[in-house]
Amino acid sequence: MSLTLAAGRARVLADIRQSLDRIGPSHEAIVPLPGTGPRPAFDGDVVERFVAKMLEKSATLVRIASLADVGAEVARFVATVKASQRLCVSKALAAIDWPAGFEVEHRAARREDETSVTPCFAAVAESGGIVTLSGPDTPSTLNFVPDNHIVIVHAAQVVRDFEDVWTQWRASGRPMPRTVNIISGPSRTADIEMTIQLGAHGPRRLHILLVAA
Amino acid sequence: MQAPSTTFPQRVSVAIHDKRLQAALDHASGGFVRKRAALVAAQPEFEALRERARSIKDHVLANLDGYLERYEAQVVRQGGHVHWASTAEEARDIILAICRDAKAKTITKGKSMVSEEIGINDALEAAGYEVIETDLGEYIIQLAKEPPSHIIVPAVHKTREQVGDLFDEHHRPLGYTKHLTEVSEMVNEARQVLRGHYFRADVGITGGNFLIAETGSSLIVTNEGNGDLTQTLARVHIVTSGIERVVPTLDDAVTFLRLLARSATGQETETYTTLSTGPRRTDDLDGPQEYHVVLVDNGRSKMLGGPFREMLRCIRCGACLNHCPVYTSIGGHAYGWVYPGPMGSVLTPLINGIDKAYDLPNACTLNGRCQTVCPVKIPLPGLLRELRRQQFESGLTPLPIRLALQAWAALAQRAGLYHLAMRIGIPLLSRLGRRRGVLSWLPLATGWTDTRDLPAPQGQTFQQAWSARKGARP
Repeated sequence: MSLTLAAGRARVLADIRQSLDRIGPSHEAIVPLPGTGPRPAFDGDVVERFVAKMLEKSATLVRIASLADVGAEVARFVATVKASQRLCVSKALAAIDWPAGFEVEHRAARREDETSVTPCFAAVAESGGIVTLSGPDTPSTLNFVPDNHIVIVHAAQVVRDFEDVWTQWRASGRPMPRTVNIISGPSRTADIEMTIQLGAHGPRRLHILLVAA
Repeated sequence: MQAPSTTFPQRVSVAIHDKRLQAALDHASGGFVRKRAALVAAQPEFEALRERARSIKDHVLANLDGYLERYEAQVVRQGGHVHWASTAEEARDIILAICRDAKAKTITKGKSMVSEEIGINDALEAAGYEVIETDLGEYIIQLAKEPPSHIIVPAVHKTREQVGDLFDEHHRPLGYTKHLTEVSEMVNEARQVLRGHYFRADVGITGGNFLIAETGSSLIVTNEGNGDLTQTLARVHIVTSGIERVVPTLDDAVTFLRLLARSATGQETETYTTLSTGPRRTDDLDGPQEYHVVLVDNGRSKMLGGPFREMLRCIRCGACLNHCPVYTSIGGHAYGWVYPGPMGSVLTPLINGIDKAYDLPNACTLNGRCQTVCPVKIPLPGLLRELRRQQFESGLTPLPIRLALQAWAALAQRAGLYHLAMRIGIPLLSRLGRRRGVLSWLPLATGWTDTRDLPAPQGQTFQQAWSARKGARP
């Protein structure tokens, strides 16, 4: 197995080099392409743009003053969509006070979970997106398995564009996680007769709690 | 997988007379074209993004070996495995071996054109694995046992009635007995059925829209979230990707993301953009225990060295299909293999052999719309012309066409003879077609006039008209 593997690698690289008119590897370092890609310009407040873009993409959003309001808003949301009072919550939100009657578990999502609550790493104004990084406290199944995904976004987490997200990640010194998710609305499909239908495989609803700066 | 691209004319005539297919094609391509145009108009940077994307791809292709090694080193550093396959067969063998080592039974799949290209489903099923496509469109055509007819919306040719019948047949044994007529019910039922598979699967196979050398990540975009469930819930995650999909940095990937969704479906962005890097970390609560990337060459390194290098910039968005008057008239199945439309007419002969798909490069009007909308500026009409030239040189072009082309070349290279022929021919044709303004029959050209009229010339040769025009001006 390992011999064939090594042979495959050598053959593909040799074929590439032959087409590039080279014999053997290039010993010079690759000179990076100069310049950067264009970053679309837009006016106005990044937070307001983020809100508008997420609503355009069928997410719902409520503005709250502080984390103290999360419990009440989550309770209101699950009552509206007639979901149960059992929540699968990211451990990063363990400090939140949940209203009486709610059952809260911190774990990866299971098939029977109806609602998850998670934090995010950043949010993007340009085209609307929420960025999450997987980790022991933030399993990525929370973003995909339950019907309802509630995300807490702090206004200060909203950046202009994706380049800003990467800059922030590099500055954080965090290692690359197994999964980076950029989420722009609830799951959707148009695969049958081009008819847009929400809730294909991932969450049917994406609900954002935007915490004021 | 052998291409039946040799039966193109028969497939075309079936497609053109299929009323349901024609309605579906009009509906789909019309929507994609309109939505894309609106978004492009709203983005002043679009042209600059295309230019940058082209430069990034050209830069990567010129340093492809180095970037692949850099990418591989990062994947390994993160605990993943990289496998290199020269051919489709090697790619299949590698994937079969991974599944065997994992003692897998059930395999879920996110949408991946490379996996279609290497024919992995048939190989896995022949080896006794249960394989389930999870993208709704791919799932539908898997039930129908058909290849995709579009690279972005693979079941675009299916009506809701046909989907309802397929679900009756395949879901009834699972206990879903209601006959469905509404799209929302069908999406919901597929959701329930596929949920069971995600949680049961041992191996999840996805594609990779981009491979990021900086971090060793593979990136996929989906609207449904199926790729994410596939790659997160299975024990083993396998990524299949062409060797040309590597980009240097995270920032470079963003340039392509800004172009991809706009060009593909006329969306600003797909719903889910996901980067996967290695297997789950020690303390993670979910994610796969193994992460494998299968880098597929299958003719790509050969394209790198010749006149078709620019084809390797392709990001598989499907804009060239949606804007192609030929594709939108005949649909994807007529092309006979997994890649249809302009990009398919270039790729199919290059991957399967130019003698295996004679008609594809010729089924093009050279109108150039594909090149105009291509997000990475691939000169598709020029590449199709080059394929025609190679067909002619290697004697694949049928004799009547060769003779006609040789006769035309002989005439066109002799100015005196050409002008004489035109001075005789043009007035003659003009008189013949005077009554109706068109010619419906011409000797030696029935191949043309059998199915359409030739507009009759107006009576003067171009040279005569030009001299008269010059004479009339001061």
